[in-house]
Amino acid sequence: MSEHTLDARNLLCPLPVIRVQSKAQTLADGDTLKVICTDPGALSDIPAWCRINGHSVLDTQNIDKEVIITIKIAKDSA
Amino acid sequence: MNPPRKAVALISGGLDSMLAAQLILEQGVHVEGINFFTGFCVEGHTHAIRKHDGAKPKRNNALWVAEQLGIKLHIIDVVEEYKDVVLNPKHGYGAHLNPCLDCKGFMVGQARRWMEEHGFDFIITGEVLGQRPMSQRRDTFPVIARESGAGERLLRPLCAQLLPPTLPEREGWVDRERLLKFSGRSRKPQIALAEQFNISEYAQPAGGCCFLTDPNYTRKLQDLWQTGAGKHYELDDIMLLKVGRHLRPRPHFKLIIGREEGENNYLEGYRRQFTHLRPAEHNGSLALIDGHAGADDIHLAARLTARFSQGRDLASVRMSVTEKDGPAYDVDVTPFTSEEIPQEWYL
Repeated sequence: MSEHTLDARNLLCPLPVIRVQSKAQTLADGDTLKVICTDPGALSDIPAWCRINGHSVLDTQNIDKEVIITIKIAKDSA
Repeated sequence: MNPPRKAVALISGGLDSMLAAQLILEQGVHVEGINFFTGFCVEGHTHAIRKHDGAKPKRNNALWVAEQLGIKLHIIDVVEEYKDVVLNPKHGYGAHLNPCLDCKGFMVGQARRWMEEHGFDFIITGEVLGQRPMSQRRDTFPVIARESGAGERLLRPLCAQLLPPTLPEREGWVDRERLLKFSGRSRKPQIALAEQFNISEYAQPAGGCCFLTDPNYTRKLQDLWQTGAGKHYELDDIMLLKVGRHLRPRPHFKLIIGREEGENNYLEGYRRQFTHLRPAEHNGSLALIDGHAGADDIHLAARLTARFSQGRDLASVRMSVTEKDGPAYDVDVTPFTSEEIPQEWYL
């Protein structure tokens, strides 16, 4: 299990989700992915994408103008 | 017992594709959704940018629909491949720059490739016969099936009973009798079906998910093609057309001026790629200069941008200018009055 970070700043919906979707394909079961976004819509979309695909949202933070979402990858469901 | 057949559903985020997918789910078919990002999607972008739209849910409706249906959704970035559809539509444009028939053929074609790569059996769409003037007609449905390569594996559950039986119907993968015969532009049958399915919340009941059908947007796109290096675009070009006021005071440059905080924040992400300016001592907008601007042009741009600041009624407003890859400095300018700005400068 390893920790990864994805910079999705200045991308608008649905590009942050597309980037997460691509990155998740390269990760292993149990890996965590911290996604940094500036699109406030990511707070809705990335958790929705995770629910659909069986991944877990471990944490969401809204700091200044950035949204940071930490995901735990469930590879069997991806 | 045979495993269930598998269908890939084109999910736009609107009601029709949601209903079509639900109809097929109810027949025991395994359904997964597919959604294409072309760069022209209305979905999400403007809501995400503009702060005044804060009351609207900031969500991707295709994802939301997929979650309501309990299906997976695959969002595919087709920005590069889609350029040829927009720039060279074989079947031409609609009322604006909307290449609807080419677009539908392209998307079904992409879904067909995905279907083949992932071992799925057929494709479903939310199309309704007679609902759209270009792409949803009895004579254009076969064009989409043929040009996409989907052929008889393309099923339109909402109007299937008005069309010849497709492979999934003939093979008994789905029961044709449980498909529908919606036609025309009325939304009443869809709304009634939504009630039957206990679907009470849905977005854009009449579709309309593409900026290429928007006259204000396509005017700016035409301007980009006519004043830039010809008929082509990059993703950043078409994204910036969605944001801010666009004014072209001279043929060789235009200004993109943020209209509110959300747009200013978005434009901040692009400022290093452009000469940009903002009021030094007043609240106001960030403006990007797109094109080649000399000293006189920058002065003109500063006067225009000052017009949209809180100093608009003053005799002099100090503007901070940062040239692309160049110096940063302040200039004092007299803001334009609204009467001094020719209407034809607004794109």
